[in-house]
Amino acid sequence: MSDETMTDMGTESTAERAVERARPFGPVAAALLAAGIGSLVLGILTTIAEASASFADALALNDRVGPLSGKTIYAVAAWVVAWIILGIALRRKDPSPGGMFTLTAILVLLGFLGTLPTFFEKFAPE
Amino acid sequence: MNLTDREAWTVIHGMVLGAAFLLAFGGGMAGLWSLKPGLVTATGIVERTRRLVIGTWAMAIVAWATVITGTWIVYPWYREKLAGDDLTGCAGATLPSATCSARDFLTSNASGDTASWHTFGMEWKEHIAWIAPMLATAVAFGVSYYGRDLIKHQGVRRALMWTFIAAFATAGVAGVFGAFINKVAPIR
Repeated sequence: MSDETMTDMGTESTAERAVERARPFGPVAAALLAAGIGSLVLGILTTIAEASASFADALALNDRVGPLSGKTIYAVAAWVVAWIILGIALRRKDPSPGGMFTLTAILVLLGFLGTLPTFFEKFAPE
Repeated sequence: MNLTDREAWTVIHGMVLGAAFLLAFGGGMAGLWSLKPGLVTATGIVERTRRLVIGTWAMAIVAWATVITGTWIVYPWYREKLAGDDLTGCAGATLPSATCSARDFLTSNASGDTASWHTFGMEWKEHIAWIAPMLATAVAFGVSYYGRDLIKHQGVRRALMWTFIAAFATAGVAGVFGAFINKVAPIR
């Protein structure tokens, strides 16, 4: 009898309970934290680029797109690398969803702040 | 009826992908919100999960497509330097033209007080938009990872739902500013 059939009958099989136990939150926490880290890197690069013209020039990996090309490529690279590293580190861990979500929210909010012109313009040279 | 290549890409970036994003968010959000024990039957969970997986991945893919077309296709046209350092190419302009790009036009204030559409609106939009696909991808991964077991993990469901909302909110900022900026300074 398949798991689906047993579920339809309203019973929870041993196999299903095992699946539930074998589904730690770690891999999802890694995905959430990586998104937060990618957002934070984007915010940091945006703010530093505003403070330093030479840094902004260095981020212009493509002439037509300008510094935005480097900011976004490096932020996405940070997201991918963070996901891989955290994915390996947390693959069998089962951290608290609430704690990981809060940490992700803080990272995203910091990234959000770094992309806000009202904030990053405070770092512009006089 | 005719659209230039630039107008067509602006429509694809803002309206076609934007509409698909809204639809995918609506479907995904409804699915995540109501995925609670007692509201869905065992058979319904299987069907609901399938839709949720498709909807969240659709939103993630559309979000990536939107930021990639925006940054690499439309944005270079927006930021072209056509009017010269002193923006004389925009003198007397009421809209962007062959001698006055959208950014030139906005920053020149040739047609009213328009500079802040670039210095605040576009500067925020072009950056914050990239947060949306990363968040949406995390949600899609989480939904796929747990599959029909997601309903048994209500804490995870709520975390994914708020992340999904955050992805929509960041894309919303970008979308709203994009719509207004394209109204004031259309790319042609």
